[in-house]
Amino acid sequence: MPALMTIQGMTHYFGGLRAVSNFGCAIQEGSIYGLIGPNGSGKTTIFNLITGIYKPTEGKILFDERDITAEKPYKIVQGGVARTFQNLRIFSNLTALDNIRIARQSSEKSSLASSILRTPGFLGEEKRIRKESLDLLDLMHLSDRAGEMAKNLPYGELRRLEIARALATNPKLILLDEPAAGMNPKEVEDLMSLIQRVRDQFKVTVFLIEHHMKVVMGICEYIKVIDFGETIAEGLPTVVGKDPKVLEAYLGKRGA
Amino acid sequence: MGSIFNAQQIVNGLQVGSIYALIALGYTMVYGIVRLINFAHGDFYMIGAYAAYGAFYLFNASLGGKTGIVAFLVLAASMAASGAVALLANKLAYKPLRYKPKLSSLITAIGVSMFLEYFFSALPVIGPSYRSFPEIIPRTDITVGGAIISNYVVIDIAVAAILMVSLTLLVRKSSLGKAMRAVSQDKDAARLMGINVEKIISFTFLIGGAFAGAAGLLAGMTYPRIFPYMGIQPGLKAFIAAVLGGIGNIPGAVLGAYIMGLAETFASAYNSLIGEGISFAILILVLLIRPTGLLGEKTADKI
Repeated sequence: MPALMTIQGMTHYFGGLRAVSNFGCAIQEGSIYGLIGPNGSGKTTIFNLITGIYKPTEGKILFDERDITAEKPYKIVQGGVARTFQNLRIFSNLTALDNIRIARQSSEKSSLASSILRTPGFLGEEKRIRKESLDLLDLMHLSDRAGEMAKNLPYGELRRLEIARALATNPKLILLDEPAAGMNPKEVEDLMSLIQRVRDQFKVTVFLIEHHMKVVMGICEYIKVIDFGETIAEGLPTVVGKDPKVLEAYLGKRGA
Repeated sequence: MGSIFNAQQIVNGLQVGSIYALIALGYTMVYGIVRLINFAHGDFYMIGAYAAYGAFYLFNASLGGKTGIVAFLVLAASMAASGAVALLANKLAYKPLRYKPKLSSLITAIGVSMFLEYFFSALPVIGPSYRSFPEIIPRTDITVGGAIISNYVVIDIAVAAILMVSLTLLVRKSSLGKAMRAVSQDKDAARLMGINVEKIISFTFLIGGAFAGAAGLLAGMTYPRIFPYMGIQPGLKAFIAAVLGGIGNIPGAVLGAYIMGLAETFASAYNSLIGEGISFAILILVLLIRPTGLLGEKTADKI
């Protein structure tokens, strides 16, 4: 079975600084793939490269048997890649429902004219989108927040709203950038089962950046570790967790 | 001599304020979306006036007598022409500089403004001199409680009100409006939700330009004299109105515009020179007390 996403020899420079160096991966459809590494090791840059916010200096990104390396971000999203952000980037001046709805709508191609003229077909579609958006909120246990301005929601709910918003674009692959950041142990537990449930229910592939070792080791089926833009280890969680290079990158060199 | 705050002045102030409001909306929307003070915006207003002028002679020749239809076509033409020029300015001048330092776009906007003014002065069909604007709709005056109100006052206020209500509905209710709000808040996140950000930006320029075009037509009818530099002064006033209300904030721009229109009219009734200066004085005062403008929210962004 071919991989859903394959990245080959991806390198990215910021000026003279090499942020990502010869990064490669093959992510199998339906898997949960983890990317870990210390702060500043280039993880979020990799997400920005995949989603087209930056264009890689070298290398190639194949998604769903298509080269998306040079594609515009919104096209990449419409092609089936969604993401969340490390620091929440919810549209705080829209309601929770509108946050989802806007993502749902934009990922489909209704014409500008039909949305202004409000043709009957468009109104029917609008109804369907509203229903689907409400279902997503329900899944994230946010139904009672639908009409609330996003800026009034507490942090944990915003995290879930962001995942719901990403799912609303109908992705094949969802990129989660440190979803457990700032969560307490109970919330982390819930998040882990949520990610697994999302994968099973929506048949999406999950690509996860995380610091929280419990999350990474608990749900990832394959892990890649990078440091200073270079891959230092990869494999099954049990193997990577014992790799001395990984321990060193995270904990520092062990003194004699 | 009665008080300067009489009914006549209030009506006049609302009329001027309506025209400022239509221009100020474009300033504030474009700023809200791309954080650009589009100094060429006043010139879109001038283009609207000239387009209306041309359209009137074109349509009046074939449809003479049908005042209502002609007026509607002239309004459509002025909005379409200004909207098109705004789109073009965005595409040719601002888009290539989108992710360059802000100062480049700002200087470019001044360049676009001067280009439009001098280009239109140099065009043989337009020329630098004043033209008198035709009476598209016959002017009639009625007296209501001591104030003389011409039908133009009603038209100016009504057209502005209809356009502003439509805009509010568009921004609040439609998915396009929600996309505009999303883009204005976080372009990258919007992009990553599948929103075609450039399309939304173009649309914002189109609407802003069209509103300035409508203002150009109304001003042409009300003060029937047009010339290529006519956009400078109202453009500046509308910009002040937008800043006064809190730039980037749509109701703020309208509020600022009416405050300016009324203040200017009252002050002019007292002394016409003070009238010209009062708007600047108000701006300075308000910014001293509320640097974000009347309805503006706190923002970390600096111009």
